[in-house]
Amino acid sequence: MANVKTNTEAQRMTFWERIYLPEIARGLGLTFRQMFKPTFTRQYPEERWIPEGSYRGRPVLVQEEEGERCVACGLCSRVCPALAIEVRAAETTQEKERYPEKFEINMLRCIYCGFCEEVCPEEAIVMSKDYELVFGSQEEGIFGKDKLLVPVSQLQERLEFLRQWR
Amino acid sequence: MNLTQFLIITAQAGMLVNMMLIAAAYMVLAERKVSAWIQNRLGPNRVGWWGMLQSFADVFKLYLKEDIVPAAADYKFHALAPVISIAVAITVYAVIPWSGPLIEIDGVQYGLAMAPDMNVALLTILAMTSVGVYGVALAGWSSNSKYSLMGGLRSAAQMISYELSMGLSIIGVVLICGSLNLVEIIQYQTANGWNVFYQPLAFVIFFVTALAETNRAPFDLPEAEPELVGGYHTEYSGMKFGLLYLAEYGNMLASSAIMATLFLGGWDPVPFIDEAALLGLDPYSLPMVLIQHGVFVGKAATLVFVFIWIRWSLPRFRYDQLMNLGWKILLPLSLANITITGIVLLLLN
Repeated sequence: MANVKTNTEAQRMTFWERIYLPEIARGLGLTFRQMFKPTFTRQYPEERWIPEGSYRGRPVLVQEEEGERCVACGLCSRVCPALAIEVRAAETTQEKERYPEKFEINMLRCIYCGFCEEVCPEEAIVMSKDYELVFGSQEEGIFGKDKLLVPVSQLQERLEFLRQWR
Repeated sequence: MNLTQFLIITAQAGMLVNMMLIAAAYMVLAERKVSAWIQNRLGPNRVGWWGMLQSFADVFKLYLKEDIVPAAADYKFHALAPVISIAVAITVYAVIPWSGPLIEIDGVQYGLAMAPDMNVALLTILAMTSVGVYGVALAGWSSNSKYSLMGGLRSAAQMISYELSMGLSIIGVVLICGSLNLVEIIQYQTANGWNVFYQPLAFVIFFVTALAETNRAPFDLPEAEPELVGGYHTEYSGMKFGLLYLAEYGNMLASSAIMATLFLGGWDPVPFIDEAALLGLDPYSLPMVLIQHGVFVGKAATLVFVFIWIRWSLPRFRYDQLMNLGWKILLPLSLANITITGIVLLLLN
């Protein structure tokens, strides 16, 4: 540490810096200028933010014309770190053979990590852009198939994003 | 004192108390608005036009809130502390000359001040601000909580050390004007120019000590949120908290008004100019008095804005820095100011 230059207290600050007041005036000038700059506030209920495709909002099930894409493999339930997903499989006579009889996501537990979407082999569960989640009771926080199914047309942006970066 | 006088003075007192309460409400709004602008935000704008009713909504909420007293607190003193704080804050308003005489009834003139011609007004103000420490210290002590006690102790130490410099900085003004009567001080300044030009050092010292006395940033150690949760009012809720908060803003407006009176010429609109003669008005006529009232309120409001502006610009002092500034810098400076003022006045006369 031979090159370290040591300063005494007096050398570190000039007289004008040590009496504080001019520096305080400079600081006040800075904050005064800030007052006239444009604000960043979004007037929320009137002005809503529309997220990009990369946004991880509420997880939803993709619904196609013949029904949901989900084949009830249970991988999402398995991978979910918050144990928020419950799937019960059932069989049909259709081409896909399996479908979820019960698919529930506990939105009070969900941490929006997107693992369910990543692990899904069918691209059946994806993260939507929906970030407005309010419920009045704990029971309302458990979303069943009625709330989870979203038509594929509304999820195009997210699906394209997933294919682009997969 | 006859009945008419009694009724008029009671009405004046009612007006002043209400004025203070409403002013405090809008100062809270101003605080939130200015802080928002400095941080490039909008601030409250939902309750009423431009957020005008926000403070009233807040006070309504405070009334509805549960009043919690800590189990280990001394209930009597816990309840007494906010009362002392607010009573002291209101008392100071009695002597502030908000306006000259507005009406004359039975040969007695009345203005927007309770006791404008009191000959010891300045001493009353200093005495009352000293009593204000009791409110804060009691609040901190009676809560029986560590954070509150720390806040109360800090504030007691801080207010007592800064009071010295505050009192000494005023002496320069008193020496020049030769009076403790606030109206006479204003009249002297109207005739001879504002005190801030003769006593700039005293003005700076008074401003700094006023910040410390009102527990405003950068001297807000008694309620330093990051260290002490809420400081001396941590254990207060509901309207008791509201009263402590109100007293704080009341003190802020009172200090601003006193500063305007002592250093910025009180209700004199422009220094070194005789406005009454310029406008062709009698200096004691109603329009002139109203103009002066507006000017006085404007000066006080500007100083309140500066208080707020400083709060949102500067970081908090450390405790040792605070004490060093008070005892090692401001006290010697104010003593030097008195000495120099005294010598100069002696030489001039």
